[in-house]
Amino acid sequence: MTEYLILIYERESDYAEAGQEVWEATGRAHGRFAEQVGEKGGKILGGNALQPTATATTIRDDVVTDGPFVETKEALGGYYLIEARDLDHALEIAKLCPARFGGVEVRPIMDTSGMG
Amino acid sequence: MTGDPVPDLDVSAAVADAHRREWAFVLAATARVARDIDVAEECVQDAYVAALDAWSRQGVPRNPAAWLTTTARRRALDAQRRDRILRAKLPLLIEPGSVAGSGGPAADDPAAAGETADPDEDVIADDRLRLVFTCCHPALAREAQVALTLRLVCGLTTAEIAQAFLVSEPTMAARVTRAKKKISAARIPYRVPGPAELPDRLDAVLTVVHLLYTTGHTAPAGPDLVRGDLVERAIGLARMLRELMPDEREVSGLLALLLLTDARRATRAGADGRLLLLQEQDRSRWNRAAIAEGIGLVTGALRGRTGRPPGAAGLDRPGRFILQAAIAAVHAEAPSYGETDWPQLLRLYGELLKAWPTPVVALNRAVVHAMVAGPEAGLADIEGVERDGRLAGYRYLPAAKADLLRRLGRHQDAARAYRIALDLTDNDAERAFLAGRITEVCAGPADGG
Repeated sequence: MTEYLILIYERESDYAEAGQEVWEATGRAHGRFAEQVGEKGGKILGGNALQPTATATTIRDDVVTDGPFVETKEALGGYYLIEARDLDHALEIAKLCPARFGGVEVRPIMDTSGMG
Repeated sequence: MTGDPVPDLDVSAAVADAHRREWAFVLAATARVARDIDVAEECVQDAYVAALDAWSRQGVPRNPAAWLTTTARRRALDAQRRDRILRAKLPLLIEPGSVAGSGGPAADDPAAAGETADPDEDVIADDRLRLVFTCCHPALAREAQVALTLRLVCGLTTAEIAQAFLVSEPTMAARVTRAKKKISAARIPYRVPGPAELPDRLDAVLTVVHLLYTTGHTAPAGPDLVRGDLVERAIGLARMLRELMPDEREVSGLLALLLLTDARRATRAGADGRLLLLQEQDRSRWNRAAIAEGIGLVTGALRGRTGRPPGAAGLDRPGRFILQAAIAAVHAEAPSYGETDWPQLLRLYGELLKAWPTPVVALNRAVVHAMVAGPEAGLADIEGVERDGRLAGYRYLPAAKADLLRRLGRHQDAARAYRIALDLTDNDAERAFLAGRITEVCAGPADGG
């Protein structure tokens, strides 16, 4: 099994404009996703939703600035750390991950156990 | 099984032949044991070097592929034993035991398979499909898929691939290394996809092979020899895929398309190097054997023997490769340009447009529509394609439009469209052709309709 990070990128503005029912539906969708991962034979090792980029603080060369590291229309808004057999399995799982206002990126976790 | 020592020249030829024919088979079988593509490649290279020596002493084995595979696999196992501790920490090439829908041997023990293999044993699982599907995995960029396929499936050197695609050798080497690293780090599995994914994944494989062919067929520059080689490699790959997936009719469609297109190779360009239009080509010089084989393949594919149940998600409909091949077959069967079965072509282009809705297909259909229903009808279609906007900058659109305007006697409009096409063309021969047309329509009678 290999670990992968699913990074969820979505348009924050769409959530800002969305009503209560969208938030509730999104919450339910993530609950369903958690069940589906198990059904697919994968495992969620961790995951969180992030506060909007307006709350982010960036440090570059010791200089602290307000805002995210990179300004993009679709911003990182949450992540899951999952365990899957291989990339095809991870992609099969990631396709189920809710991201109604954007999409997801799948990144393999580097195995650093051999680096001493 | 093996004969007397043979002259060096024959041995070199036998090794070179085995390299061309069997590289994919040997590498694919070794990759499963090595579980790492780089290690497998090294072991296979070593096996070919060892063959030069061994075959000149013992004679060329009855089954060179089996000899090479066994030798390469032994080296891979040795390498694994040496590096066992280190390798346990490194990412491995995934080769899951239970393979959905591959028809391959399930859960075999790679170590046992390698150690018990006899040099003359014929029963070595054919892993070439795994190799092809891994090289053409959608998580790799198209250019990486193409490069990896040539490197790993065809055994071309990085220098040869770089030359064929007109990039520097370091650029190509970096591209191949990056792709291999992703296969290993992201754990792209070494397997044939299951039935649910197969149609999309197979389309990617066929697209890569077709791209190899068209690159060799129409490369704007580069030495002719290399281009011819790419064409041969693409046809060879299509043949291999058909042999390994005889029930996948799009594979037959692709092979038919390549054969039918390639049958016209000798007549594609005039003595001056200009590409000749279909109506200008000398049909007596078309390759009849290739045409017959292509027509046989496409006929079978159209009749619709498919590996999947009919009706499942529209999979029983012929796809774009079969339809393109059928179109090429109609042209190949016509005794002359004038005797082409245009209504049949129009029907096929209609089907193709449904299977593969691209503006280039729509443009081609418009030209055929004009042959069936007159230039007015074709012009209306072309103007539709023009409004779509995706073909802005595609020189064949204004050129086709100009041709229809000329036939309608609208000379000034025709000249305007020819000039737009001329501005979009770099090729000298094509520029000369368009300039000639402009002179022709400007000298023609005053505009009719």
